[in-house]
Amino acid sequence: MLLITCPFCGPRDESEFACGGEAHIVRPADPAALTDAQWADYLFMRKNVKGVHFERWMHSHGCRRWFNAARDTVTHQFLAFYKMGEQAPDIAPVSYTARPAPRTDPALPADPALHTDREGAR
Amino acid sequence: MPEGYLRQSPLASLGLAARAATAADAAGVTMGERERVMLVNLRGDGVDRGFLDRVRQALEVDLPAEPNTAAEGTRHRVLWLGPNEWLVVAGEGEQLAAALDAALAGLHVSVTDISDARAVIALSGAQARDVLAKGCPLDLHPRSFGPMRCAQSRLAKVAVLIDQRDDAPSYDLYVLRSQARYLWRWLDDAAREYAVRIIRP
Ligand SMILES: [Zn+2]
Repeated sequence: MLLITCPFCGPRDESEFACGGEAHIVRPADPAALTDAQWADYLFMRKNVKGVHFERWMHSHGCRRWFNAARDTVTHQFLAFYKMGEQAPDIAPVSYTARPAPRTDPALPADPALHTDREGAR
Repeated sequence: MPEGYLRQSPLASLGLAARAATAADAAGVTMGERERVMLVNLRGDGVDRGFLDRVRQALEVDLPAEPNTAAEGTRHRVLWLGPNEWLVVAGEGEQLAAALDAALAGLHVSVTDISDARAVIALSGAQARDVLAKGCPLDLHPRSFGPMRCAQSRLAKVAVLIDQRDDAPSYDLYVLRSQARYLWRWLDDAAREYAVRIIRP
């Protein structure tokens, strides 16, 4: 369970919140001037970051306000919370190119099937 | 403004008046329905001095600016819901929405009478905090939540506004009318191990 800090209410349980996807997407000033490809890019294309992701959250069961957060999509660790309209904080991207070392805990039996599945999903 | 004689409390069908105890038997938790309160959802610009002044004149209490706090006036209690949203609570018979409408005429505000949209359950007693902890993720420990604090959260999976009245502790739980019977039954069940006494608050 995550603890999420609403800029108004402070730290609250994850179950009070809804995630609204990628933040800082600006609506084009003149949509009619766009090509279909540019409009589709604005509407549908989203980053799929492995690392620091800037996203919108809503405190839907609390004060019902939207705000922004920076979250590491690998560890789920929240790195920053800030109000709507504020600048995104300058957070250096994390490099996750190196693969994590295989699990070597001797107390747990090796599960080759699980490892194969994980490799396949990457 | 609901017609007084037509008003029926959301929990009327549970017959709580008949279950209300007369003797003060030992109980860890007391529960009751706070009936016939007047509720207005008020929205306006929380940093506009003109708006705040006119509300103070109408209600004789300042709107709480600090998140998740309550303010108590002589006739009203005001709960913070958001940076530009409050719940004003008054007793039966107050012409609350009409008074606010008149006081705030011409401003960009919203005054919504929600008296019949909510049920108010009063929960009190030495074990009241333990009952809430069974279904609510809020930290209700006295170091972070006490009298004059309020918060919206989830209790037994339904949206609820919790207002702490004193450090008995006593709480008022505001819940949607359609979920009131469910929440009452859940509370009644959760509190059973501490012995429940029904009261008429
Ligand atoms: Zn909040």
